[in-house]
Amino acid sequence: MGYSGFQIIKEGLFGQKGWKPLWRDPAPKARYDAIIIGGGGHGLATAYYLAREHGLTNIAVLEKGHIGGGNIGRNTTIVRANYFLPGNQEFYSHSLKLWEGMEQDLNYNVMHSQRGLINLFHSDGQRDAFVRRGNAMINQGDDAILLDREGVRSHLPYLDFDNGRFPIYGGLYHPRGGTARHDAVAWGYARGADQRGVDLIQNCEVTGIDIENGVVTGVQTTRGAIRARKVGIVTAGRSGQVAAMAGMRLPIESHVLQAFVTEGLKPVIDHVVSFGMGHFYISQSDKGGLVFGGDLDFYASYAARGNLPMAEHVMEAAMTLMPMIGKARVLRSWGGIMDMTPDGSPIIDTTPTKGLFIDCGWCYGGFKAVPASGFAFAHLMATGQPHATAAKFRLDRFRTGVGLMDEEGTGSQHNLH
Amino acid sequence: MRINCPHCGERDRREFYYMGDAVAVTRPAPDAGPDAWDDYLHNRDNPAGDTRDLWYHEAGCGAWIVVARNTLTHAVHGATLAQKAAS
Repeated sequence: MGYSGFQIIKEGLFGQKGWKPLWRDPAPKARYDAIIIGGGGHGLATAYYLAREHGLTNIAVLEKGHIGGGNIGRNTTIVRANYFLPGNQEFYSHSLKLWEGMEQDLNYNVMHSQRGLINLFHSDGQRDAFVRRGNAMINQGDDAILLDREGVRSHLPYLDFDNGRFPIYGGLYHPRGGTARHDAVAWGYARGADQRGVDLIQNCEVTGIDIENGVVTGVQTTRGAIRARKVGIVTAGRSGQVAAMAGMRLPIESHVLQAFVTEGLKPVIDHVVSFGMGHFYISQSDKGGLVFGGDLDFYASYAARGNLPMAEHVMEAAMTLMPMIGKARVLRSWGGIMDMTPDGSPIIDTTPTKGLFIDCGWCYGGFKAVPASGFAFAHLMATGQPHATAAKFRLDRFRTGVGLMDEEGTGSQHNLH
Repeated sequence: MRINCPHCGERDRREFYYMGDAVAVTRPAPDAGPDAWDDYLHNRDNPAGDTRDLWYHEAGCGAWIVVARNTLTHAVHGATLAQKAAS
């Protein structure tokens, strides 16, 4: 089903009764050419690009719950390409380009809003680091503008510029950064995949991976056995459990990351803003809620909710940066399950089992990566070769120590990212 | 989340620094080979449920402790000194 202005007017006049479900609800077939485990953003994008770029349409996405119910609906919706290290840089740059064409490509409104992202800095040393990052971004072909204090003030007059402890020295402005409606991204890719013949099978939990002589032959699910010569694992925080079905242990520890939203307010924050000293970032949704978050709680967790110390820390950072926020009331908070790698960068790779592929380790940065992750993983599953933009996301970099991508520069160790 | 320090009793989670899975207390022999060291440093069972992890009572007695905990509920079942857990 296509969308048009005419159709919207027509449905508005006739009670919105003519809209149809965006995808079918098929029963699983006995055999597919490829199976994707996990119907989140990355899994759906993988299915879409397998069908669109590689003509593989006899494929299924198996989702334990419902489409859009995982991390794709539990993030702070930020889209940006401001990475520094080779490997990450070309990947996120590619991802932002895919974002910029996504709505036309999918014919679906994902409310992608390039409202600009400003990373603030609060010392001379931090300014130097951001100058270096900005130059790296420009060299990659993306956009970065260094703002001085008055430059920041022209965009964000409401900040506390003279905070005694963390005065604002300036900011790195990334105009192409912004936000998108996260659920719509899942729905758009689901619809696009379904239109190309992909079976999206919900309420279908994978309980086993069948392997014969080192070659994958299919999966066991709560809706029966399904055969396939290619299987892709795209299960984010649950990667450890699914990989264990194939006898693998991953360099991943699952952590909780909290986020918060206030009641709906009139437009007040026009950009995405990140505080350089307190791990705090904020934007305002089109509905009016202030959406903000902080750092990990820093312990292994699958609870999808955090503890109060980090909530307190995030509120303190918010009050330090923009005291006006104290008048807003927090509506709700939630936690996402983050698949943390030791170096904080992701994995898109083959596995020791032939025909079994894995896409995981997105840490706290998975949302912006959705299109490029799907694109690169589809390329890997279809051709057996890594896509150029994701060639450095190797699984064995931890074992060999070659090609680690520690974007934060804190060290490659599980408790540091 | 409150953690039972064997020395200090039940204390706020903020007093503790999280080191990671308690695999850290069973260090392989220096010549155990790259796979054993890869498992020790990087690869994790990452259980959804009961787990054991290593914490440091940074703002308390300074002890390293192994905490038995549930990753689905955040319930803390108990803690022992890392010294004892390792031996």
